Amino acid sequence: MGFADFAFYLFAFVVVTSGLFVVVSRNPVHSVLWLILAFLSSAGLFVLLGAEFVAMLMIIVYVGAVAVLFLFVVMMLDVNFAELRGELAKFVPLAGLIGVILLMELALVFGTWTGAENAASLRDAVAPALEETHNTAALGQLIYTKYIYLFQAAGLILLVAMIGAIVLTLRHRPDIKRQNVLSQIYRDPSEQMELKDVKPGQGL
Amino acid sequence: MIGLEHYLTVAAALFVIGIFGIFVNRKNVIIILMSIELMLLAVNINFVAFSSYLGDLAGQVFTLFVLTVAAAEAAIGLAILVCFFRTRGTIAVEDVNVMKG
Repeated sequence: MGFADFAFYLFAFVVVTSGLFVVVSRNPVHSVLWLILAFLSSAGLFVLLGAEFVAMLMIIVYVGAVAVLFLFVVMMLDVNFAELRGELAKFVPLAGLIGVILLMELALVFGTWTGAENAASLRDAVAPALEETHNTAALGQLIYTKYIYLFQAAGLILLVAMIGAIVLTLRHRPDIKRQNVLSQIYRDPSEQMELKDVKPGQGL
Repeated sequence: MIGLEHYLTVAAALFVIGIFGIFVNRKNVIIILMSIELMLLAVNINFVAFSSYLGDLAGQVFTLFVLTVAAAEAAIGLAILVCFFRTRGTIAVEDVNVMKG
């Protein structure tokens, strides 16, 4: 067993076990941390597959943004999670049954599927040889030429998601003092203060 | 030698774990969102595995789009969750049906 094989089995084992712990762990913060581990080891799997760019994107986007977002929300919400977990055992038989059935259905495919004979000729974007270009450059040449409209659409989706998240979570509380920039800008010194000449020995 | 089916097995296991998680955590929306992320990760593993073994980069390009949609979905889902928590004071999804209109 070579090093690549060993690395595959290690990463695969870590992905599956940490995925399982995401689902069954009692504390949601632990769930998020297991999720981060699952993403990291799946990035390792992608590196083994020769997809370095997607692997690094996985770490940046999922570990750096999505998982931190989850962590943020879990810690921000003041929820009694123990109460939510209380009825966990009630759903385990049904969920286990559904899981086992699905796994069996997927296992039926295992070993019996075959690729189409003309699969090689149907490829949409043939990967260049490794000596020619490495993975990131080849992907960049594809994204910015052939898939440019889809790429722009992906950016649009992110923009809409960002604006939507801001609109959903922004709230103006009337009971607190806020800075009103416009009124500060329009303040006129001549209206705001008055100079009084106070004679010595006299009050105003 | 690690073949395509090894990766497909991992992805299938991860997908089933995601579905299991949705059914087992019927109340906790945060874990349900995480399960959905796990399922999307399984899909990504399938895409990249096929892309690598067939020598077709389109699979990896598509993975980028799945990643984008997953990130957007997580952001919007969590924003809705924060909204829901502010109005209801809980995140139990079973109460969501009281929000009529």
